[in-house]
Amino acid sequence: MYLDNERRPTLTPKLAFRVAVVGGVALLMFSVIFFRLWYLQVLSGDSYVDAARDNRVREIKVQAPRGEIVDRHGVPLVENRHSFSIKLSPDKLPASRTDRHEVYTRLGKLLGLKPARLQRRVERELRLLPYSKPTVKQDVGPNYLAYILERQDEFPGVEPESEFLREYPHGVIGAHLFGQIGEVNPEELKDPRFNGVSMGDRIGKAGIEAEYDRFLRGVNGAAKVEVDALGNLTKTLRREQPKQGQQLRLSLDLNVQRVAQQALAGGTGKGAFAVMNVQNGEVLALGSQPSFDPNIFSKPISQKKLNALTSEELGNPLFDRAIQGGYPTGSTFKLITATAALKSGLITPSTPLSDPGSLTVGGVTFENAGKVAHGVLSLVPALTVSSDVFFYQLGRDMNEKGMPLQLWAHRLGIGRKTGIDLPAESPGLLPTPKWRDGLYNHKPRLTERPWAVGDNINLSVGQGDLQANPLQMAVAYAAIANGGRVLRPRLGLRIEDATGRALQQLDAPTARRVKISAANRTAILEGLRGAASAPGGTSTPVFEGFPIPIAGKTGTAEWTGRPDQSWYVALAPYPNPRYVVAVTDEAGGFGADTAAPMTRRILAALFDVKETGLVQGGGAPD
Amino acid sequence: MHASTATAVKDFRDDARSRFLRIDPLMLVATIGLIAASIYVVGTATHDDRPGDPNYFLYRQAAYAGIGFVLMLLMTRFDYSRLREWKLGIYAFLIASILLVYAVGVSARGSKRAISLPFFSLQPSELGKVLLVVSLAGFMVDRIRRLNDRETTSRLVLLAVIPAMLVIGQPDLGSGLVYLAILGAILFIAGTPWTHFAALGALVAAAIVVVLIAAPAVGVEVLKPYQKDRLTAFLSPGENQSKEAYQVNQSLTAIGSGGKTGRGDEATQTRLDFLPEHHTDFVFSVVGEEFGFVGAALVLSLFALLIWRALRTLTIAKNFYGALVAGGITAMLMFQVFVNVGMTIGIMPITGIPLPLVSYGGSSVITTLIAIGLLQSIHAQARETAAVKRL
Repeated sequence: MYLDNERRPTLTPKLAFRVAVVGGVALLMFSVIFFRLWYLQVLSGDSYVDAARDNRVREIKVQAPRGEIVDRHGVPLVENRHSFSIKLSPDKLPASRTDRHEVYTRLGKLLGLKPARLQRRVERELRLLPYSKPTVKQDVGPNYLAYILERQDEFPGVEPESEFLREYPHGVIGAHLFGQIGEVNPEELKDPRFNGVSMGDRIGKAGIEAEYDRFLRGVNGAAKVEVDALGNLTKTLRREQPKQGQQLRLSLDLNVQRVAQQALAGGTGKGAFAVMNVQNGEVLALGSQPSFDPNIFSKPISQKKLNALTSEELGNPLFDRAIQGGYPTGSTFKLITATAALKSGLITPSTPLSDPGSLTVGGVTFENAGKVAHGVLSLVPALTVSSDVFFYQLGRDMNEKGMPLQLWAHRLGIGRKTGIDLPAESPGLLPTPKWRDGLYNHKPRLTERPWAVGDNINLSVGQGDLQANPLQMAVAYAAIANGGRVLRPRLGLRIEDATGRALQQLDAPTARRVKISAANRTAILEGLRGAASAPGGTSTPVFEGFPIPIAGKTGTAEWTGRPDQSWYVALAPYPNPRYVVAVTDEAGGFGADTAAPMTRRILAALFDVKETGLVQGGGAPD
Repeated sequence: MHASTATAVKDFRDDARSRFLRIDPLMLVATIGLIAASIYVVGTATHDDRPGDPNYFLYRQAAYAGIGFVLMLLMTRFDYSRLREWKLGIYAFLIASILLVYAVGVSARGSKRAISLPFFSLQPSELGKVLLVVSLAGFMVDRIRRLNDRETTSRLVLLAVIPAMLVIGQPDLGSGLVYLAILGAILFIAGTPWTHFAALGALVAAAIVVVLIAAPAVGVEVLKPYQKDRLTAFLSPGENQSKEAYQVNQSLTAIGSGGKTGRGDEATQTRLDFLPEHHTDFVFSVVGEEFGFVGAALVLSLFALLIWRALRTLTIAKNFYGALVAGGITAMLMFQVFVNVGMTIGIMPITGIPLPLVSYGGSSVITTLIAIGLLQSIHAQARETAAVKRL
């Protein structure tokens, strides 16, 4: 039945050998597998356990809302709004270029963005910050969110993230103060101030947000979740609730701030103001015109819009003239000149000086504004009528060794930062012989002559090279009004919890003391009171009928080739002032024309005065 | 007459019983152990794969195993030597069934491997493994006297390479490689001279160079890009970003995290789907994760037992045909076990070869059980012959 040759009753040696070879191969392979398994499971098992855990456990950062910022009465100024943004998770994007391109195309179509530009932007951001999660679009509506979440297979690596955006319910009111928030950058991360901040967190970048960042910041929460291979959440392992940042109460009075900004907006378009408590430095209002709506910074802003916000033609709305501006202050400076003259012993309150209408020094004639002659007068009437010649003489006589005018002006805070709790303050410029001679010797292109007595005469009435801002003037006036305490202006009042319960009082020590005797103080305030109330006072007409007695000084800074700049600084109520109000309008003409009526409106808000008619500007030139 | 009929019936019954009693019990133990492991592991691994139908794969695998087991028992009592006479028919059926896939096959994940039947989709390339063994062994026995002829070796190579190329074209690279392993084993066991193996080795080396290097260089892609990725991913899974490298990494993580005794219900690599193909190609990784070194070693020991018994069956076969069939089946099992397990532990390329008996899949399970049934038949007949001789 079967062929003989296939009968094989015994195992031939050849076959036995070959079977042994096959068995040997099997043995070898089993040993290799066993050793490999031993290595994987017994020797390095722990590291694979870690790898399996890393696989399935994701830590999701839960952003903490920042603390809110409220005014002195607890009215919210800066709030949070919950929103969703679309982010990209680079490690989950498709590996192939064409697939990635498809995701960008779909996203672009959905969100109305140009895919190529989107891809360029994302890839540039990833080059700069390799492990970040680039934001595709902020503040998207719930429809987009649902659309993307339902189609995760079409949008691999695209992740909606819950986010808090800052919201400014009062728009332009107080816009310059709050500053912006933004993602922390690698340099900031190294700064010990940002301990506990991690990549992708948002911190205060400017203004109050930056100054009080450590209070406002809050503590991010985290959720540890288990996910499956597709990234679907299977269960939550642990959850740490985020802790909202603390609430910051400012000394700002929203109503005063609003009235002041409206008053400024009614002027020539560019100007600034500062309202401060003369006893403790609390700032009740501080603003710059033109202003802007900070809500536009909650989201990425186009270059075009940003350009508009910094363009000179539109008045550079981002520029905070109240603390960064540098202007000659006109006659409002006379208070400082008077203080210097009294402190250096040049005059007493009763020293009479003659004002024939002009003063000629070294062949140059300095005239009174309006060319009027005021005759012989002492300090009080000189302030009331704003006699320039009276102060020209003081300026001339203080151009001597030690430069007392500059010395006292500097002590009162001119030419230096006030120390307000805002980061971007500028010191301005107090002209000195050293400054001008230095320029003349080293940078002759900037000036054609060395220091001359005329410089000091100009400074004595706030003209020439002087650069000061309303806040600096407010601080100087407050020091005179409170008997010599040069205050550090403060916006931050206290740190509170979310219900408004105080956690920490914020106070700033007085910067310096300048002893001003009661007699000197009385004389200066009397002169200022006269200027706002006596017949012939420079701003008497403006404050006619105002129920609160005020003392105030007009100022008119002269510019070549440009309209005069209007200034007014008021102390109220007279004779024991609580507040100082400093206002300037860059092209407002005489102090009494624009700045003084603006000040009256601000004072009305400050003292809750019901005004019946429109405040009329006008009065004597100063 | 009555008596003789009765005697004949009794003889037949005795014959059948004794033949069953002459099967290899250790091989049976290994088979049952592996099948049990498969049903358990496939069941736990796929518990969450079909929402609302947690036991879908478990029940199906159990059913395949049941059918396969019955077929295995039938094969035990079947005179395998018949197959040698049917070799031409079997070979023709093998080629035809593979070609049928090209004509009416259903696609799954980019390759056409199966024919859709009611309740079941059949993969002819799986069944082809055992069909190739029995037909190739038959052709070999026919030319056993001309073993040293180059023509003999060439014919055998041609007979195996034709179906191998056809299944690689489906594309099912894994089954094609199994066919070549069967060819190698049959030539080797038959006693083909070493010089022929040396020549074949040179040919294979040349083919690899052509397929992987020379042909792509002139713009002809013999392997599909994903096949090439699979073959090379295991060399550097850390750097490779491809899907295959991801699979290898996840498999290593699963096995490694199993540790000494396994993670049981905490086997998150499997449960959370990080481990791809966890009931088919990567089922061994599930064993490694759930039961650790102990479990993996147990399964490997069962395979070692099975292969040892298969080799022993080869040595006691009553005829040369039986020895060759046993050799072919041994090679088929060995090759699949080593390549599959090697793939899961990162020392072999990913070729899409299932783990015999353990991986989910009707065609594979039933084919393997039929093959083991053949081994048992060879074993039983050898024992019977030996018993007759002793008389």
